[in-house]
Amino acid sequence: MIRLEGLAKTYGSFVAVDRIDLHVPRGELFGFLGPNGAGKTTTLRMIAGILRPTAGRIWLGGDDLIAAPMTAKRRLGFIPDRPFLYEKLTGAEFLRFVAGLYGQDGTAVERRIDELLELFELSVWKDELVESYSHGMRQKLIISSALIHRPECIVVDEPMVGLDPKAARLLKEIFRLFVERGGTVLMSTHTLEIAEAMCDRIAIIQNGKIVARGTVDEMRQQTAAGDASLEEVFLKLTGGETARELAKVLGD
Amino acid sequence: MLSLILYPKWRTVLARLRQERGGGGGKIIVVAGVGLIFWTFVFGVLYRVLRYFRGVEDIGPFLASKLLGLVLLSFLSILLLSNVITALSSFFLAKDLDLLVSAPVDWLDLYLAKLGETMLHSSWMVALMAVPIFSAFGVIYHGGWLFPLHALAALLPILILPAVVGSTITLILVNVFPARRTRDLLSVIAVGAAGGVVLLFRIIRPEQLARPEGFNNLLDFITLLRTPTSPLLPSEWATKSIMGGLVGPFDPFPLALLWSTAAAFVVLGAAVHDRLYPTGFTRSQEGAERFVHGWIWRTVLDPVLRRVAVAKREFVIKDVKLFFRDTTQWSQLILLGVLVVIYLFNIRALPLFRGEQVPFFLVTVVSFLNLGLAGFVLASIAARFVFPAISLEGRQMWLLRSSPLDLRALLWSKYWTGTVPLLILALVITVFTNVLLKASPFMMGVSIGTIVLLTLAISAMALGFGALYPQFETENAAQIPTSFGGLVFMMTTVALLALVILIEAVPVYGYLRAAFRQLPIPVNATMIGAFAAVVLVCGAATVVSLRVGLKRMEGFEF
Repeated sequence: MIRLEGLAKTYGSFVAVDRIDLHVPRGELFGFLGPNGAGKTTTLRMIAGILRPTAGRIWLGGDDLIAAPMTAKRRLGFIPDRPFLYEKLTGAEFLRFVAGLYGQDGTAVERRIDELLELFELSVWKDELVESYSHGMRQKLIISSALIHRPECIVVDEPMVGLDPKAARLLKEIFRLFVERGGTVLMSTHTLEIAEAMCDRIAIIQNGKIVARGTVDEMRQQTAAGDASLEEVFLKLTGGETARELAKVLGD
Repeated sequence: MLSLILYPKWRTVLARLRQERGGGGGKIIVVAGVGLIFWTFVFGVLYRVLRYFRGVEDIGPFLASKLLGLVLLSFLSILLLSNVITALSSFFLAKDLDLLVSAPVDWLDLYLAKLGETMLHSSWMVALMAVPIFSAFGVIYHGGWLFPLHALAALLPILILPAVVGSTITLILVNVFPARRTRDLLSVIAVGAAGGVVLLFRIIRPEQLARPEGFNNLLDFITLLRTPTSPLLPSEWATKSIMGGLVGPFDPFPLALLWSTAAAFVVLGAAVHDRLYPTGFTRSQEGAERFVHGWIWRTVLDPVLRRVAVAKREFVIKDVKLFFRDTTQWSQLILLGVLVVIYLFNIRALPLFRGEQVPFFLVTVVSFLNLGLAGFVLASIAARFVFPAISLEGRQMWLLRSSPLDLRALLWSKYWTGTVPLLILALVITVFTNVLLKASPFMMGVSIGTIVLLTLAISAMALGFGALYPQFETENAAQIPTSFGGLVFMMTTVALLALVILIEAVPVYGYLRAAFRQLPIPVNATMIGAFAAVVLVCGAATVVSLRVGLKRMEGFEF
């Protein structure tokens, strides 16, 4: 379970995230959508414990992230959008290191490493330095690292970037299985088709505020959009002006 | 087009300057102040030396000329090495290359822009260093108001030539080594540097100049002084031109030779660039080294760290692996080894034992002051290896902060990974120098105790200041110590060294006085108090630095 209460983040006078409340229960895959610079990544990074909130609280499976960061973080697997890794470690070494950060080692970890590398078809690259990995392979490695300690919640920022269709399909299945077994996934994405196909519920954030939330059908009702696609609902909620202007510029 | 390519760099420098000014100007004042002190010091030393030379009849100008020749030859060597390393990043690894190479940019514009960038990045320190040196020559020999222009005209080709040669060497090396083998490339550079130092020492033949009495007659000595190190070296041409201008007769030929050679080298460099750059650039984009032997470190470190918590153990193993797999890091160990050997050699070469009786007083004082020098060497090493430790985690901080890793465990791992090798080195330097000096057991004990405390404090301060002034965007660890934070760390460490030496001077003086009177070592309140004060100062420096570093790390946001 992930719960946010009055979560806010300001940089000087700029309000990046403006007192948002959110509850993602166990067994749910929740989509977090919004235009560029809306505050999605900032919110996810606060949930992951990388950024300190200006105000508000974050609960991960019953633990307050601010008051009990160690226990709360043990429940979480975070997948960032930019895969910065230790270039001079091999894939297996990186996973072993991440397991160590969660206090895990020994044969169980070795088995888990082999399992995950096999799952993401990285076994042949196991003993090669990360610096020789492609962007997609790095993304797969980061996803593996988020799963190495068997988390209860996964927070993921743009998961499909750089993945080949097979890996993207695999990831969708992994997330689906994960929530079916009682896990929680909070996922930010720009790919609205993915959000529509995968997510149980969605929230749309704009200018740091959640402007709509619910299932895709509920959003259609909220915006009186009839049978419109999620893309049209999204543009209606976030303002389609930019898209139209862009089309005009490209047309010129 | 050339100005367009350089435009983003220029704007970046301006923006950075504006940011610095926006920050209250404190940094600029500190940097300018330290720079001014350094300039004054170099000018002062050289002024005295040159004034002495001027007073020596007949051979005075030869001595001054020889000195200038040596200085410029050192500049050439340093610049050549620096340009080879800088060219690797500016011509092959810079982030703007994808854009420039894919855009319709003429190859000559690209070459000149990157050559200029390489020259600027690798030469600015040498150019600044040249200011007080040339000033001293100008003032002593009454160079007149045209002298700065003359010096500049002679210095510029000295900067251009190594830039062209250095970038061409890098270009050839990148073409020779398969794929992106920067490890091999930099290993060659590091070994080349070590060899260069030895070579330079042989060319200079300093021991001959220091002992004119060793020559058969004055004529031999003057002949040696008059012989240029090599008539083919541009440093000799620059020396001839400048000394000709200062003491006469002025000969325009060396200056013409310098400029025409520089121009010819740029043309030749451009031709080689045109021929080799496309293949070299392609090779540098290919995959890097692949398989590695990770089990070696695990076999060595696992038993040692068996009792340590998993997270700390994995952190130490990770740091050691990253260090020895990163050529920019481990290659510095070669130079470190050379420096330590030279350090010990210099101690051994001290003219302390020429007389029949060993001067006890002198040995004790040298052994004591050697503590400060060893401390300074350790501080420089800590600045290079420990100070960047936090900065190097910057890009991966998302992982460390999102995991349940206690930042104290991170700091613990970083501290001991840096401190243990530093401590071993400190003990080797101290024990060896004291053995070479034949210091008394008392001085040996004081030295070992103090250097251990100093090492613990210096390492903690390097980590603390590294966290206070992180450089998360810098990928090259070698650049991090030259930042403002590195300067502040060095200044604070020097202050700590001075304080410790000052406090310990009291018991050492007491010991010397007692030894002179042939009395037993005076273990009194003063001595105990002084040593306790040193323990307290070093302990406080260690604890406070680590606490400040931890506090700062807790506030990091990414």
